[in-house]
Parts: sequence; C-alpha cells; structure tokens
Amino acid sequence: MIELRAIRKVFNQGRHNEFCALHDVDLSIGENQVTVLRGPSGSGKTTLLSIIGCLSRPTSGRVSLQQRDISGFSERFLTDIRRHTFGFVFQQFNLIKGISVLENVMTPAYPLGLDYAELRQRALALLEQMQLGHRASAPVEWLSGGEAQRAAIARALINDPQVIIADEPTANLDTHLSKRFLEIAERLRERGKTLLLTSHDPLVCESAVVDRVVEMRDGRLV
Amino acid sequence: MKNWFLKQRYLIDYTLAALLRRKGKNLSLLAVYTLVVFLLVSVMLFSHSIKQEASHLLQAAPELVVQRMVAGRHDLVPAAYVEKLGQIRGVQRIEGRLWGYFFDPVVSANYTFMVQSDEQLPAGYIVVGDAIARTRGASRGDVLSFRGYNGQLFSFTIDHTLSHDSGLVSADLVLLNEQDFRGFFGIADGQFTDIALTVRNAREVRKVAEKVALALPDTRPIMRDEILRTYESIFNWREGMILVLLVGGVLAFVIFAWEKASGLSAEERREIGILKAVGWETSDIIRMKFWEGFLISLTAFLCGYLLAYGHIFFFSSALFAQVLKGWAVLYPSFALVPYVDGLQIATLLFLTVFPYAAATVVPIWRAAISDPDTVMR
Repeated sequence: MIELRAIRKVFNQGRHNEFCALHDVDLSIGENQVTVLRGPSGSGKTTLLSIIGCLSRPTSGRVSLQQRDISGFSERFLTDIRRHTFGFVFQQFNLIKGISVLENVMTPAYPLGLDYAELRQRALALLEQMQLGHRASAPVEWLSGGEAQRAAIARALINDPQVIIADEPTANLDTHLSKRFLEIAERLRERGKTLLLTSHDPLVCESAVVDRVVEMRDGRLV
Repeated sequence: MKNWFLKQRYLIDYTLAALLRRKGKNLSLLAVYTLVVFLLVSVMLFSHSIKQEASHLLQAAPELVVQRMVAGRHDLVPAAYVEKLGQIRGVQRIEGRLWGYFFDPVVSANYTFMVQSDEQLPAGYIVVGDAIARTRGASRGDVLSFRGYNGQLFSFTIDHTLSHDSGLVSADLVLLNEQDFRGFFGIADGQFTDIALTVRNAREVRKVAEKVALALPDTRPIMRDEILRTYESIFNWREGMILVLLVGGVLAFVIFAWEKASGLSAEERREIGILKAVGWETSDIIRMKFWEGFLISLTAFLCGYLLAYGHIFFFSSALFAQVLKGWAVLYPSFALVPYVDGLQIATLLFLTVFPYAAATVVPIWRAAISDPDTVMR
C-alpha cells in the first residue's frame, strides 16, 4: 500500500548544523497490517512517520501510495491525501485546549463542509466506541491520559482514513491503558484499517496484534 | 456551493470558540477598539451633521448680505443704499435688516435681537428662542425686561417661543417689532444694520456682488457660499482639533492592536501545527484567522458606530458638545437630524476593520506555510 524508495531526509541543509535523519530508507507497508517502527530516540522513527503521513517531504527518494507517486505533490494535494488517507494520534495527543472533546473530534472534518448533524452524529458514535460518550461536552483539559488518547484516536478516525499513524502511543500510558490501546488497535485492524506505529515499548512490539516490527537505528533500517 | 458555505460556517464557529477561549484578552481588545471607533465616529458624525444642518439652514438665507464699512468696521447702512442697490439688474428682492446683540446681565448671556420682517409683531411683544425661555424660566405671556441703550428699562411680553427644532440658529434669538428695536437700541429711522439681497439667478451672485462693490465702495458684499465655507472651515478646524487630541489614544490602540494581531503565542503556533497535521489547508487556517480579525474589528466597528450614533443624535453629543458647538454662552439645546452617509461609513469601515483583519492574517500566513510535522516533535 505504501512504498518508500531511497528516502533521505536532511535537516538544515547547507548550514553548519546540517543533519541527516534518514539515509536511503526502502520500506513497503502492506494494507490492513499493524506495523511498528522500533528504535531508540534519534533513530529517525518519527521523521519516517511524518514523511509517510505526508506531514513533510523527503529531501530525496520516492513515496508511493497505492501505486501513485506522491513525492512531488504540492502542499495542497498532500493535505488532501493526509485528510482522507491518514489519521494521526500524536505522542502528546495534541488535542486543542479550550474546546470540548466533541469539537476536537470534529475538527479534522471542518474543511470538508459536511452536514453538521451528520458530522456530529459520526463524532458521537466514535466517542461511544471509545467509551467516551459521557465526556463529549467536557473540555479536553478535564480528560485523563487514557481518555485523552482515546479522544485523539476518535479524532484520527473522524474522516474514516485508511491508515492510522500513532507516534509512541503508549509512551504516556500505564500498562493497563497500554493494553487497552492495543485492544483498540486490534479492533481497528479487524475493521480493515492499516496501522503504523512507532514504539520502543516491548508491550507493543511483542503484542500479538502487531504483524511486523521494523527496526531502526541512526536513520537506517536494520 | 453549499459545502463552501458550510465550510465557512465551521470556520466561523471554530473562530468564535477560539475567541471565547481567550475571553478576557479579546473582550478587553474589543472594548478598547469600540471606544476608539466610538470617539472617531462621534467626532465625524457630529461635525458632518452640523455642517449639513448649517448648509440646510443657509438655503433659506439671502444669497448676498451687504454691510457698510467705516474705518474697517461694520457700521449702520442708510436707507438710500437700499434704494440704490435695488436698481442693480438681477436683484429680485432687497431688504434692510435690523439686528444687534444684547448682553443680559441676569444670566450673563448674549442675545441676538432681530426685527422680524415677514410678520409684524405688535408693539411691546417679543418672540424668544428656546434657550432664552429656558434660562430665564419664562414662557408665553410672561414679561421680560431689558435695559435699553440709554439705561431705560423696556418690558416686553412674550408672544410665543421659537420651536426647539430651530435651536441651532434661534436659541438666543429675540424677535421684536421695528419701532421697539429702534427705540431699544437708539437707531434712527432710515438706518439699517445691513442689507439682504435675493438674486434671481444663482450664477449671477458673484456678478451682482461686484456691481454692489462698484456702486457703493464703502460696503462689503458677503455671499452665502462664503458664509457656508466659513462654517465648514470652523467645524473642520474644531473636528481637526479633537482628532489631534485623539491621535495619542488612537496611536496607543494601534500599537496594542498591532501587537495583539501580529504576534503569535507559542500556544497559537502549536494549534496551527495541529490543525495542519489533522488536514486543514494553509488557506483554511488563514481564512479562520481572517474571520477572527474580521469578527473582532467588525463587532467593534458596529458597536462603536451605534454608540456614537446614539451619543450624537439621541444624547445631544454630551461628550463633545462644548467644543464642537461653539463658545456661545447660551448653548443651543437641539437634536441633530439623524443622518447616515454611505461613503463615510465605507471610509470608516475601511480604516478600522481592514487594517486589523490584515494585521491578523500576515503572521498567520507565515506560521501556516511551515511544515506541519513540527507537532510530531
């Protein structure tokens, strides 16, 4: 489903602090699979994830999505792909403070201009699935760590994307909540979603729900 | 199209929610913004309206007033002058006028005494302006006494008072019979204060004025347009004076607003990153921030304009009346006719709403074009 060919990512190119985060990475990610990128801090997991999720562009190399080369797409097209194909669950959850859980979940769909009642219904259904229906109108500041993560997952699913990208999803969770996350991941896979995670948590990497673990170190696959 | 409207609605909804998140900061900005608009609009509405009012009132005034000058000062005009000027071609109507000023020590105010030409009042009767009736506490049928030029006391019965609506010109006016006027001021028969000329063709007024100056070199013809221009320059000058006084406040606000609009907090930058990461386009974010600036500035403009409108037309311009109306002792108490000028609104709207909306968009554009992957770090 996703093909990476000779991906290089250089930060601060041409400056004294130039840094190469990824060196000629080749990777294929299959559909309806749970793939984990594992590696120590600074190994390039997050950079690779952001390139796959169209959050940034590689310095060189090609990214294909369903046999379509998207490396040279403009920001506008990348945003459109990101909106419809990927759902993101960030390490810090990155929920927008000051607005309700429901509004946070609906936010990615605002630029699509969908019917409000339909969108609200869809967001409430997702919150119910995440067992957060009772917290829909609460400000996100009131949520616990586990609740915030489930709200972030609901937000990632609002546009019904094919791929869910989660960066260190269990980094801020205790064991019980981490297991709960894996249950959700399993359910999502059962629904046909592709999951791409970064983690160095053994609980995640050794979980039965994970189909493949890709090791990374110093910007290379090992 | 429906989707476009729904999208704008979502963006505005989100913007309103964002504004409510920083309630204190945005409300204080709105209050200061409204105050600035209120002050500017009040000054502009007042001076514009009073100029309009003066121009309407002067429509009924004679096209030409002729004064006699003696040693550079205004002097009485002999009746012979009236006859002579009446022979100038183009003059439709000519009238010797009698008017003068009187200081009333009872209320320490100056009145304007004038002979009413179109309607003859009976001897011993006067018509008084609204402000005189108010300050002297007098009404129809009451007797007012004034000391004449020779110290003799003259008593007049009030026939009626002038209507409140004409307050701008008649607040301090006393209308009386010609013989009473001459007796009171000691002006002999056959002499007038000045001469009013009505000219048949408006385009001939300047020519008639030249003929007057030629026929009677010791006179000064004053055209109605000149009076109007003088009024305009007086009110423009007063308006300018107030605006200069307001400049400091406006400048302080501009700096405050610019800082608020153009600076982005770390929290706002983070939010922009999140929105981009979850699928918002750069243009969506710029639009959302534009709506934010637009809603604040438009609300401030509407509130400021409505408050100023109420202040000027329903509360008699309480804040600026003393400066803008003039320095007469008897301030006329009058309500200006509510009046709205589309061009003036458009100018104010352009000067108050758009700079702020633009100031909000520029920094957002800079932040919004950055890669959204910053939120991953």
